[in-house]
Amino acid sequence: MIGLVFHCMLSRMREAIAFVLALALGGAGQGLAGETAKAIGDPEAGAEVWIFCSGCHQIGPDAEAGIGPPLTGIFGRRMGSIEGFPYSRSMTRMGRDGLVWSLETLDAYIENPRVLVSGTRMSFDGLENPTERADLLAFLREFSDKPSNIPEAAPTARADRPVLSEATLAIVGDPAYGEYLSSECTTCHQRDGSDRGIPSITLWPDEDFVVAMHAYKQKLRPHPVMQMMASRLSDEEIAALAAYFGKLGL
Amino acid sequence: MTLNRRSFLGTGLALGAALSAPRAIGQARPRVVIVGGGAGGATAARYIAKDSGGMIDVTLIEPSRSYFTCFFSNLYIGGYRDLDSIAHTYGTLASAHGVNVVHDWVTGVDREARTVSTAAGHGFAYDRLIVAPGIDFVDESVPGWSTAAQNRMPHSWKAGSQTQLLKAQIEAMPEGGLFAMVAPPNPFRCPPGPYERISMVAHVLRDRNPTAKILVLDPKSSFSKQALFEEGWEKHYPGMIERIGPDFGGANVSVDPDAMTVTVDGSVEKVDVCNVIPAQKAGHIAQVAGLTDGSGFCPIVPATMQSRIDETVHILGDATIAGDMPKSAFSANSQAKVAAMAVRAALTGSRAFPAKFSNTCWSLIDTDDGVKVGASYQATEEKIAKVDGFVSQTGEDAGLRKATYEESLGWYAGITADIFG
Repeated sequence: MIGLVFHCMLSRMREAIAFVLALALGGAGQGLAGETAKAIGDPEAGAEVWIFCSGCHQIGPDAEAGIGPPLTGIFGRRMGSIEGFPYSRSMTRMGRDGLVWSLETLDAYIENPRVLVSGTRMSFDGLENPTERADLLAFLREFSDKPSNIPEAAPTARADRPVLSEATLAIVGDPAYGEYLSSECTTCHQRDGSDRGIPSITLWPDEDFVVAMHAYKQKLRPHPVMQMMASRLSDEEIAALAAYFGKLGL
Repeated sequence: MTLNRRSFLGTGLALGAALSAPRAIGQARPRVVIVGGGAGGATAARYIAKDSGGMIDVTLIEPSRSYFTCFFSNLYIGGYRDLDSIAHTYGTLASAHGVNVVHDWVTGVDREARTVSTAAGHGFAYDRLIVAPGIDFVDESVPGWSTAAQNRMPHSWKAGSQTQLLKAQIEAMPEGGLFAMVAPPNPFRCPPGPYERISMVAHVLRDRNPTAKILVLDPKSSFSKQALFEEGWEKHYPGMIERIGPDFGGANVSVDPDAMTVTVDGSVEKVDVCNVIPAQKAGHIAQVAGLTDGSGFCPIVPATMQSRIDETVHILGDATIAGDMPKSAFSANSQAKVAAMAVRAALTGSRAFPAKFSNTCWSLIDTDDGVKVGASYQATEEKIAKVDGFVSQTGEDAGLRKATYEESLGWYAGITADIFG
């Protein structure tokens, strides 16, 4: 019964993924991804860009509100959340809706403030040059919590993310590569296939394994640890893991 | 006939040949020596031995025959685990993987000669050295405290007898007594650990000694999972826990172990139990070997975990400056697999793949109330950088929290099997 439900779920997921894949066409031919992260930008160059901001904003351990709010600890902060600062109604509403300043939201805001927050009081036309924005973000990031001390603090680099290709399900996995990658999985999942609070992942049919991992990657399956792990695996890597775990212990 | 050193040296012709090509003739297999059998060192030993299929001679040197994991030692304090359940031995590494397990203290490293020496007077030559010594405490970081006073005021930040002692002291507290913790400054082993410990102490006291109080003296203005812990403390242990941060003297603390007092910003407080978690640095041997920098920790090359000071040495876990990775067993285990791959590639020409790192820290706040934080990391030229992550949210329902706790039990079984075999 459970097996049946599971198979129904899988076939629905295959359909969902086929749909997503159709949307993601054009990424065919991408090679191994996820090799190295990219730095956000050059914080020293960002310090030069900061001069334009510093007329209104302060940053650093003793920063206070000026014309604009202080930007120390901006990464991970809810929008419009500095107590007593006279934010625009739009900005306050963004915060109430739960929006948080991240690399993505800050980048969009700095590029064109009104695109993200239509009624913002920040009188700034936006910074078109993506390199200057990246450098500024790298500079700002230095003044927020460090993940080594507070693991949940915002990322300090951009992952080199893989792109889905149409041929995903046809990839033949390399079990030797899968064995290497598997060491990350077996920190939690038992290599002998037993299920103790964390499910077994051995001896699955390759295709089921691949589909399940892409479902995490597309955030169709909800578990946050698995979403994170899957999100940085390339198609080849997922196929390799499927090939390895599919025969483990036989 | 056995060829011992003396008879070997006696054959003059062979001597010249041996000196010119010692590795080809003197010993056939490349040698890896690993200093420290914790989450980093034991994982590296296991993966190098297992994946090289006997092509590499692996020696693991660790003083303890029984290793008590720091992770889950708070759950022992809280009464959720017994001490035996967090104890592990090295038998499987030796029997299943052929690791040469030596119980001894490493006292010296000669990086020129590529040898390590031990307290028992033995010497071990290496082609690659892996240093995974964990942490030591910074002297004088809490005025009045030293390891000589660790029985009066336990740190319990290395698990085993210290953890047992702290648990016994908590259970023997007088009715309505005061438990104090001197929390460490950054960076330190296990960022959420002190606050999970506070939760476990509160859990014990709520049952045994409900009028007792807990005082946390903290030099940091913020800490990991802060919103989650504070929400949990309010919900499960209302009025029991007070935390004093740096704004109110949390960074200006001294202790007197004989008088059992702590002094906060000049005001003296009598305490019944005092858990002092001092400032930390890399394990002593890393400093002896000249592998640390001014920070007290070891700089590393992100893609391989090689020392930036000596490329024949790899360093793992809490002793390293691992960029964005927190000091945790999960991190050390993750780094060990990257190092094992790099060592095998260097010594046997096996395939090397891009380095990937990850970490998850689970914490227990009260029975079936588990939370977690985790992230994945990639190597840049400069450091190991965080690229993605997640954290439990405040206000989650009880079912999710229970599932998170159960997941942590599965993780413990998984990672300890991954480390010790």
